[in-house]
Amino acid sequence: MVKTDIGPPNYKLMLPEVITENYGKWKYHEILRPGVLRHVSETGDEVYTVRAGSPKLVSIDFVRDICDIADKYCDGHLRFTSRYNIEFMTPDKDKVEPIIEAVKKLGLPVGGTGNSISNIVHTQGWVHCHSAATDASPLVKAIMDELYDHFTNMKLPAKLRIAIACCINMCGAVHCSDLAVVGVHTKVPKVDHENLPKWCEIPTTMASCPTGAIRRHPDPTIKSVTIIEERCMYCANCFTVCPALPIADSEGDGVAIYAGGKVSNARRPPMFSRLIVPYLPNNPPRWPEMVAVIKKVVDIYAKNARQGERVGEWIERVGWEKFFQLTEIPFTEQHIDDYTVRSAVPGTFRTTTQFRW
Amino acid sequence: MAEREIPLYDDLEKGPWPSYIKEIKRMAERNPAAKDLLGVQELCFKEKITHWKHGGIVGVTGYGGGVIGRYSDAPEKFPNVASFHTMRVNHPAGWFYTTKALRKLCDVWEKYGSGLTNFHGSTGDIILLGTTTANLQTCFDALIEIGFDLGGSGGDIRTPTACIGPARCEYACIDAPDIIHDLTMEFQDEIHRPRFPYKFKIKASGCANDCVAAIARADFTIIGTWKDSLRIDQNAVSEYAKDGFDIKTVVVDKCPTDALDWDGKELKLKPEDCVRCMHCINKMPKALRPGLDQGATILIGGKAPVIMGAYLSWVLVPFMKMEPPYTEVKELLRKILDWWDENGRVRERVAELIERIGLRRFLRAMGIKPVPQMVYAPRTNPFVFFD
Repeated sequence: MVKTDIGPPNYKLMLPEVITENYGKWKYHEILRPGVLRHVSETGDEVYTVRAGSPKLVSIDFVRDICDIADKYCDGHLRFTSRYNIEFMTPDKDKVEPIIEAVKKLGLPVGGTGNSISNIVHTQGWVHCHSAATDASPLVKAIMDELYDHFTNMKLPAKLRIAIACCINMCGAVHCSDLAVVGVHTKVPKVDHENLPKWCEIPTTMASCPTGAIRRHPDPTIKSVTIIEERCMYCANCFTVCPALPIADSEGDGVAIYAGGKVSNARRPPMFSRLIVPYLPNNPPRWPEMVAVIKKVVDIYAKNARQGERVGEWIERVGWEKFFQLTEIPFTEQHIDDYTVRSAVPGTFRTTTQFRW
Repeated sequence: MAEREIPLYDDLEKGPWPSYIKEIKRMAERNPAAKDLLGVQELCFKEKITHWKHGGIVGVTGYGGGVIGRYSDAPEKFPNVASFHTMRVNHPAGWFYTTKALRKLCDVWEKYGSGLTNFHGSTGDIILLGTTTANLQTCFDALIEIGFDLGGSGGDIRTPTACIGPARCEYACIDAPDIIHDLTMEFQDEIHRPRFPYKFKIKASGCANDCVAAIARADFTIIGTWKDSLRIDQNAVSEYAKDGFDIKTVVVDKCPTDALDWDGKELKLKPEDCVRCMHCINKMPKALRPGLDQGATILIGGKAPVIMGAYLSWVLVPFMKMEPPYTEVKELLRKILDWWDENGRVRERVAELIERIGLRRFLRAMGIKPVPQMVYAPRTNPFVFFD
């Protein structure tokens, strides 16, 4: 009988010695250069960290490669960041250069610290997801090839976080990122009347629609549903509940771009990302139209924002009218919020850790 | 591959950023599923649509979560990925590993799966990408053997995540990895056996910089903070000034509540105005540190848009001491889970339930008294319930 519910390995058994010995005793840190950190402990100990970008979707050979580096220079320890970067840690300053050399030999960039564009948080896309309206990994690759230097240097006004989600389920903090790409559908689900009665429960399917667009089929002999097309905003919630309502469409699917979100409570409370481009077509393998917008916004932000301003803080200061003027992105009716289902609750709820005692 | 033209995905091997296509190709040399995955990718690029079918219920004995069923809609073309299920493996808190543990994981996945992984998925698990139905149980058994267990999926507590915390960060006001490891062990049943209306995410960040995006992504958000005044080392402040660091522009002028003052000699703080946003500490880590009376702010309700829209977590408990065995936070979590389980509709996240039936009812059920810290401001409208 195999055991169950053993839980994950205890992280304490995974820590390098210098981390165990200085746990909770760290005094300060500095960024020595892009991708290299130095943390100093109250005990006088130091730990140097080399941060490397990874493509998230990796082979076990890749994992073994990075283990080789950690075995050679880091006493057999490494860690990952919340953005898929790999961190190699050592108390020995002299090992920093050899680690960087070894990392570069694998073709990995060193950076992602401070005022940089760190790795893109993203989802599975066409590689592994049934609800994807676009792919994910190739979009990341295309953007990061273009913005590579922003990973390896720290020349932006502030840190810039990018996220990509292949549908509006947004597995990833797309709704609170400086720049975000999200896969969108633009066509109404096609009702598969033959399979719907076999696969789906009609009341649950109807209830899944936030705008009440799904109705019982008017012909009582047909055990299925109809969709009021003008009420559908293509969220695909019905498809999740009922596979007989496929919504993916080769021509209609594409990507939208959002900007100005952030998670950190520093300075201004966390902000939602806001729609800047409602739709661009899926254009594999590199989505050039999408990459061009991202590149342009990053360039204009870099040129116009004040030191320390995140994208959202910059836009808030100069105004959205100025943002659309500077970027020359057309402002359309899709930019105006008309999704009325949602009440304004978070408008008064305190969605930040900023408050006085 | 020989019969095909030059595949579109080959272009993604070019360019400076590390290529996931190269990674798939590495496995494709010896793994037929990885080879077929390249074919699927090409087909998707040509047809601009996904070729994975909707869901499918598969799993391992005794669990309801942790495995995502995945079937190809073109099994005749790609028989080796006809079933290509994902296993979510719960990572060690803070994402620290020994190479020994990682190599064992690689060996298991070499034997039972596609050899393709994510380090890590968006929620934090190690994602083992693609295996057959037949291999699920044997793979799980092998994972348990090497000390790993599955994470969450479906209507359960999803794999909880923590930032690096005090392991290597001087900002950490709570022991985020320890809290998360403790909660993960406490809620093993709820992680492995979905019984809730929908997903429930728990994340802990050591400070308000929130490196795991807890406020945006967790239904239950734990963020480290302090009650007393942040600590200032005036000598170190002088060092910054001497080095030409512009304390006024970069730090003082950016303070959201105007709580700092710099006269060229001394950096003064009005602690009663400080909202502990971390900005000044981020900019001058050698001189400024969080206060010593540390604990957590507990927030509730963060989530992505489906279906009532995106929510940021909002303040539920302004301050809670966080010390092992974390009894208070566990009791609160159990109360929230029970109330949500009892009242939630299918696919209704806890924030949506609270919005539907009112925060006041939720607070009553939790036995939590309303405090001004929960809101930015009181209501403007006169439509008030007195039930």
